[in-house]
Amino acid sequence: MTDSKYFTTTKKGEIFELKAELNSDKKEKKKEAVKKVIASMTVGKDVSALFPDVVNCMQTDNLELKKLVYLYLMNYAKSQPDMAIMAVNTFVKDCEDPNPLIRALAVRTMGCIRVDKITEYLCEPLRKCLKDEDPYVRKTAAVCVAKLHDINAQLVEDQGFLDTLKDLISDSNPMVVANAVAALSEIAESHPSSNLLDLNPQSINKLLTALNECTEWGQIFILDCLANYMPKDDREAQSICERVTPRLSHANSAVVLSAVKVLMKFMEMLSKDLDYYGTLLKKLAPPLVTLLSAEPELQYVALRNINLIVQKRPEILKHEMKVFFVKYNDPIYVKLEKLDIMIRLASQANIAQVLAELKEYATEVDVDFVRKAVRAIGRCAIKVEQSAERCVSTLLDLIQTKVNYVVQEAIVVIKDIFRKYPNKYESVIATLCENLDSLDEPEARAAMIWIVGEYAERIDNADELLESFLEGFHDESTQVQLQLLTAIVKLFLKKPTETQELVQQVLSLATQDSDNPDLRDRGYIYWRLLSTDPVAAKEVVLAEKPLISEETDLIEPTLLDELICYIGTLASVYHKPPSAFVEGSRGVVHKSLPPRTGSSESAESPDTAPSGGPAADQPSVIPTQGDLLGDLLNLDLGPPVSGPPMATSAVQMGAVDLLGDSLLRSDVGGSPAMGGSGGSFTPAPSTTAPTNVGAPLGSGLGDLFDLTGGVGTLSGSYVAPKTVWLPAMKAKGLEISGTFSRQVGSISMDLVLTNKALQVMSDFAIQFNRNSFGLAPAAPLQVHAPLAPNQSVEITLPLNTVGSVMKMEPLNNLQVAVKNNIDVFYFSTLYPLHILFVEDGKMERQMFLATWKDIPNENETQFQIKDCSLNADAVSSKLQGSNIFTIAKRNVEGQDMLYQSLKLTNGIWVLAELRIQPSNPSFTLSLKCRAPEVSQYIYQAYETILKN
Amino acid sequence: MIHSLFLINASGDIFLEKHWKSVVSRSVCDYFFEAQERASEAENVPPVIPTPHHYLLSVYRHKIFFVAVIQSEVPPLFVIEFLHRVVDTFQDYFGVCSEVIIKDNVVVVYEVLEEMLDNGFPLATESNILKELIKPPTILRTVVNTITGSTNVGDQLPTGQLSVVPWRRTGVKYTNNEAYFDVIEEIDAIIDKSGSTITAEIQGVIDACVKLTGMPDLTLSFMNPRLLDDVSFHPCVRFKRWESERILSFIPPDGNFRLLSYHVSAQNLVAIPVYVKHNISFRDSSSLGRFEITVGPKQTMMPKSVLNMTLTPSQGTHVFDPVTKLLSWDVGKINPQKLPSLKGSVSLQAGTSKPDENPTINLQFKIQQLAISGLKVNRLDMYGEKYKPFKGIKYMTKAGKFQVRT
Repeated sequence: MTDSKYFTTTKKGEIFELKAELNSDKKEKKKEAVKKVIASMTVGKDVSALFPDVVNCMQTDNLELKKLVYLYLMNYAKSQPDMAIMAVNTFVKDCEDPNPLIRALAVRTMGCIRVDKITEYLCEPLRKCLKDEDPYVRKTAAVCVAKLHDINAQLVEDQGFLDTLKDLISDSNPMVVANAVAALSEIAESHPSSNLLDLNPQSINKLLTALNECTEWGQIFILDCLANYMPKDDREAQSICERVTPRLSHANSAVVLSAVKVLMKFMEMLSKDLDYYGTLLKKLAPPLVTLLSAEPELQYVALRNINLIVQKRPEILKHEMKVFFVKYNDPIYVKLEKLDIMIRLASQANIAQVLAELKEYATEVDVDFVRKAVRAIGRCAIKVEQSAERCVSTLLDLIQTKVNYVVQEAIVVIKDIFRKYPNKYESVIATLCENLDSLDEPEARAAMIWIVGEYAERIDNADELLESFLEGFHDESTQVQLQLLTAIVKLFLKKPTETQELVQQVLSLATQDSDNPDLRDRGYIYWRLLSTDPVAAKEVVLAEKPLISEETDLIEPTLLDELICYIGTLASVYHKPPSAFVEGSRGVVHKSLPPRTGSSESAESPDTAPSGGPAADQPSVIPTQGDLLGDLLNLDLGPPVSGPPMATSAVQMGAVDLLGDSLLRSDVGGSPAMGGSGGSFTPAPSTTAPTNVGAPLGSGLGDLFDLTGGVGTLSGSYVAPKTVWLPAMKAKGLEISGTFSRQVGSISMDLVLTNKALQVMSDFAIQFNRNSFGLAPAAPLQVHAPLAPNQSVEITLPLNTVGSVMKMEPLNNLQVAVKNNIDVFYFSTLYPLHILFVEDGKMERQMFLATWKDIPNENETQFQIKDCSLNADAVSSKLQGSNIFTIAKRNVEGQDMLYQSLKLTNGIWVLAELRIQPSNPSFTLSLKCRAPEVSQYIYQAYETILKN
Repeated sequence: MIHSLFLINASGDIFLEKHWKSVVSRSVCDYFFEAQERASEAENVPPVIPTPHHYLLSVYRHKIFFVAVIQSEVPPLFVIEFLHRVVDTFQDYFGVCSEVIIKDNVVVVYEVLEEMLDNGFPLATESNILKELIKPPTILRTVVNTITGSTNVGDQLPTGQLSVVPWRRTGVKYTNNEAYFDVIEEIDAIIDKSGSTITAEIQGVIDACVKLTGMPDLTLSFMNPRLLDDVSFHPCVRFKRWESERILSFIPPDGNFRLLSYHVSAQNLVAIPVYVKHNISFRDSSSLGRFEITVGPKQTMMPKSVLNMTLTPSQGTHVFDPVTKLLSWDVGKINPQKLPSLKGSVSLQAGTSKPDENPTINLQFKIQQLAISGLKVNRLDMYGEKYKPFKGIKYMTKAGKFQVRT
């Protein structure tokens, strides 16, 4: 007799029959009927019509029947809210039952019924259960608070359940503590600003005690909570680490990984000279290795995390290469991850082993995996210089196999090896050329064409080879077309006599017969270059290319540090910070590793985060360039031009140069189309009039900007006086001062460049680092003539807010790189937030009221604006000039209350209440915003506007 | 936390759904089906799939996909580990875990799932406790229940749930008091063409079956505890004692449980107990190839173009599946005097060139009364109870993922 009988139906109609059975007098029959209902429910059938009949069965002393009815209620109460009320009485009664199991069951089920009317009745029983003498009931009630919060957050706060929940953290029973932590963490996630889990050394101690005694799942919650704590010094960090280490031996892999997270994070605070630091490093390796013997799904998550750990602290797993060797029956997702980690761990010591393995993988069945393996060999060559030769010979062996996709991948990676070690392995070109005909994938074809073009002087029949590609020019993909164009131009510059016809053919193909703008533009550039100044063309197209390095596939250090804080979470699986993919990105708190204390250089207090520039009010030059340099160059340095290409004056050159560099950097393993163009995309360095490349628009635009530059403070929002951002002594004689302004909807940066050096400066270009509001130059930096010594030039650089976004500390920090013919300089500055207030920031009255109510109270912040003698009307009009709009004005007990709204460029609304007392020169400003972290800066903006 | 669970069978039908918070429409599984379609085999479906509003985390066991739906940032290992626990619990309850058995016991399954999670937080996952809350179905109980009208839902709070030893119930009584420990080791290894070991490691576990009255307190010591430097314990083991004295001291759960699992890396490895001599060659000219294997292999994957194989074993039976290209050879017991071998010819698809990839031999074997790492239990003592238990220890070595490349 099995439950499958519940699925059989009769002809009369299932629902009808069930109804009859549910109303039967016989208990046994009733129970069977409810079971049938549940069975239908599990397979997704709609049995909600039976609601009243099932609820009628609830009043019973048979626990199984009761549980079954509860299961039904949870599923269908929402669709029948009025009927669900019928059940309330039973719940309330059950919450008083002498049996703790029943009390817990009632409070648990009630929380799952997501009907507003029921929640009102739930409060009293829940309050009692939170203080129940039985820990089982208490721990169930703790979770119920989280459920209730999900349905009605306001109710939970009003009823004071959050405080009761916080008290439960000190409960005598570890399971209750764990559940309270879990519930609080879940609530905190939807309420980032509320300081629910206020951790201090005492509460940490309690958590650590509970950690040893609670269930495995509870341990995960507690460990994840611990990871958010910031120990006050390295001693506290060490003592927490000591108490967390035993968790590494837990059988539950999630516990292990959460423990690893805590250790990795707190380790940051320990001095590397400490004995304990070394011990800890040693202890971390075995559990990570053990994770790899678990089920494949667990392995996958573990591997994604190990990938981060290996990048952060390669020393932990450097001897464990072998555990990452691929087994042929591993699922493909595990194989690919293992491969990636193998390359990260590859070093001179183990390269022989790694290569032997990779070669083995290249003969596997799975095509995707084989391709990755071949690429991996190339990455090894670039990473471990001593192994390059061996890698190349391995690749040649693979090419000999003549397996089509292996050959193609091998050629793609050999191109990268040429870029890394020029003039070393060119002897293999002959072998590569033999395989020309078998290449059918664009990437491989493009790579091969690049090689032929680059080494045209060593390949006797280079012209024939390229010509053969030219025949089907229009059928090729863009990547190949671009590459072919560049390669033929290179060939022409190297052997001009015999290839004139060829180059003309390709140029006309590219410019006249192609619809692709990229291809056409590049064709025109080459054409003009070659026709105006072949010598310059040679310098540009055949310029020496910077070497590529292996670092490009690493995660950017700041991102890596952030991801380390998210070990074990989804963020660690995607290798993206939660803000990048968590829905609505509400509630995302930027996490950062704690700074190292105890070591010599930093005696800072732990609350100053290590990232970000110095938080001084004055713009300051960043002292250490190393970090920032990396950041700036890793930027997505897409062309800063948003409109049509600007005129090519000498200045332009610099900007594009910067662009060129970045392309090269991002090129390892990338497309040869980009690689080849690295040095050659630069347009003519002609100093003639800017009439080039079909963009007469350019100069016009430039003029326009000049015009606006002149009208600096005509209207629009307040503009602060210029301050020196980059002193001359820090920038080899270039002094930059500037300010920000906003007129009629556009933001600009007003700069004064002064040449205090003895030589002429030219080729100016500017780049911004990613910043909180996506500020980016909307046009390149236009300096029309070289800047003579002791001369200065005023420039207005239009900005837009469509650049990439990264939260900065402080929020309005902007890091800037300026380049000229001498060097690249970096500085950072703080921009006033009011340049971001948009013109349509006036909110409807009704809307204002609703929004004000809607934003939770903890998002409200109050500030004092001192010594301001304006009256309410003057304030209002002054603020209006900077796009802060007064929506209503009220007079309450002699005080003027101004209600104002403003909107930021990224769509964040800020609501303000400004209280002005006639006799008192200080105003009270209350700000409400869904993103409370901006409030402080809004206040600063208010103050600057009002006081000037 | 965990929002919902869907069980999906190999043909892509959702045959069970359970929601712990609000109901998530089953259309969310469409994203899973998409991923399933893209993956060549069921094993290759990625375990984490993002969708616009949810994340789908899945495990594939017993030809069933267990797909959990989550909405917020939850540790994925937590979810995956929990899903595996669900499978283990089903297996524990019903003996096997299959679509048929789950459908047959759908109400029990539903009740159990409800006990395991509350609002997506794990509630009771220890099988001891679950079994007290929801009794597993047995034929006898069903009969008794129908006669007496009693239920298979326990109406008392499980005793162990809140005690310091949540894994053990109180009031356990046995007439025969016994404690058995099985030391089982699996070797994972990759052997290359020439027969040298590329990598080898041992995954060991000690599974226990303890049926002792009352609250016994056991200590287990080893002859060579140094071997165990990478261990994970059942929560019952006192970690401090292990750290200081290298002794396992614990109050055991009642019944079957895994006391300890450990990992011994290649450095400490003793010789590999099995060797394979192979000679597999494909020839370019003819559509025939030679095949010869000596000693205990069991499974070989052949390249796609292989049509059939004509082989004669010296002992055991062999099967070649022309669809999956899988050759299995069940060797039986190995006699050291006369080594078993499998010899014959391989016929290839006419017209195709010889295959590029080499088949890999997958080995399965068992060696009784040997723990390959050399681990030995020294003694087992019991405190806290007066009676004398019957003790037993068994050793076994098995092949885990043992692969020989050719």
